[in-house]
Amino acid sequence: MSPARTLATSARVLAQIRHDPRTIGLLLVVPSLLIGLVAWLFADTDVFQQIGPAMLGLFPFIVMFLVTSIATLRERRSGTLERLLTLPIGRLDFILGYALAFALLAIAQAGIAVTFAVLVCGLEIDGSLALLVLVALADAVLGSTLGLLASAFARTEFQVVQFMPAIVFPQVLLGGVLLPRDQMPEVLYAVSDWLPLSHAIDALNAVARDDEDAGFVGAQLLVIVAFAVGSVVLGALTLRRRTP
Amino acid sequence: MAVSSSSAVRIDALVVRRGAATVLDGLDLRIARGGIVGLLGPSGCGKTTLMRAIVGVQRVRSGRVAVLGAPAGTASLRHRVGYVTQSASVYDDLTVRQNLRYFARMLGVPRTDVDRVVDATDLGAHVGALAGNLSGGQRSRVSLAAALLGAPELLVLDEPTVGLDPVLRVELWSLFRRLADSGVTLIVSSHVMDEARRCDRLLLMRDGAMVADATPSALLKKTRTRDIESAFLALIEKAGAR
Repeated sequence: MSPARTLATSARVLAQIRHDPRTIGLLLVVPSLLIGLVAWLFADTDVFQQIGPAMLGLFPFIVMFLVTSIATLRERRSGTLERLLTLPIGRLDFILGYALAFALLAIAQAGIAVTFAVLVCGLEIDGSLALLVLVALADAVLGSTLGLLASAFARTEFQVVQFMPAIVFPQVLLGGVLLPRDQMPEVLYAVSDWLPLSHAIDALNAVARDDEDAGFVGAQLLVIVAFAVGSVVLGALTLRRRTP
Repeated sequence: MAVSSSSAVRIDALVVRRGAATVLDGLDLRIARGGIVGLLGPSGCGKTTLMRAIVGVQRVRSGRVAVLGAPAGTASLRHRVGYVTQSASVYDDLTVRQNLRYFARMLGVPRTDVDRVVDATDLGAHVGALAGNLSGGQRSRVSLAAALLGAPELLVLDEPTVGLDPVLRVELWSLFRRLADSGVTLIVSSHVMDEARRCDRLLLMRDGAMVADATPSALLKKTRTRDIESAFLALIEKAGAR
């Protein structure tokens, strides 16, 4: 492992994105627009106050998953990954470089989404706003690390896009947005406990309602980080220097 | 180790399968240090697979590949071997300079090395351009420039002159010659037969096996032909008649 190569890779990924302003715009603005749409949809009810915090986890998670998985797949397809693997860069340097670059973007994205939800959409947050941003950020990073891992198993753009319904949608369905998790059938509740997005949504709800102690939120954050770290390590392990 | 360090590449009984097809079936090859080795043959004959095996990115079934005295793909070789893939492997959404600086940082070579390889590949006018906006020939030169970073001892170049105009092609071959004269070993694949004359040694490949291994002049003499293309055809006819 080499911090210099990891950072150089992050800088390179960010430089690539800088040449693509439309992607930056989509990345930063789309989650906020979707949150605004949900707020508008439920304007005359109190539903947005119920599910708004979860939206702060949901949309950045999905957007980051897609962007990261396609970005790394492009690297594979363009032959630059094969070149890199003949150079003295560690596999973990490569994956971490990507994760770090997208984490930086996620900071901006989470900050904008939380600001927009609170100031424009009137989402009421009883707990700490900083903690809310932190959970939203961890969740966006989780999305991008899962995207990194998913792209390791995809050979084509078609496959990678289909990982979204396969990996992301079940987490959305069981995450507690459609139905609070404690009202689910027992088996599904048990399954949802093993899905990282459930913990992100639990943490966001807890901060928004301020009905749990800091230890609870910390524990959820720990689960999210553990999944993110696990994805990075697994992503590096599945990266093969030799291919058929 | 002292003995094997005299050869750039040493391959023993290499078998590579891709899917159901056996691409290389028990290939043996020795390549001495210094000079230009031309790897010729029709597309699909196994040139790229052989080069990938030398660079250490090809999964092999059996056999041994030693490069500069170490097993191919060893970490210590990653500073010493340069590889140019057939299609240019550069970042289209970065400028030429950004591409080369990134690869230079991966190798841990100074920034000034970027200017050197830009000059060597005549890319000075394009350093600020996005690689994706360059012509095919210019992009492949960026790819080549990246492989020249850090002065590798072995260069494996998979069709580096495809899509280049004749003037540039001549310039690149004189660059290859200068590198070879300075002690670098170059393995260059091509299916442009007139480039073969510029090599010190020719390997003609067909269906995963070597059908000839000689200097260009010896090859012409042996087949009693005037150009490499006819020589190649004569050899294939001979092999078919057997």
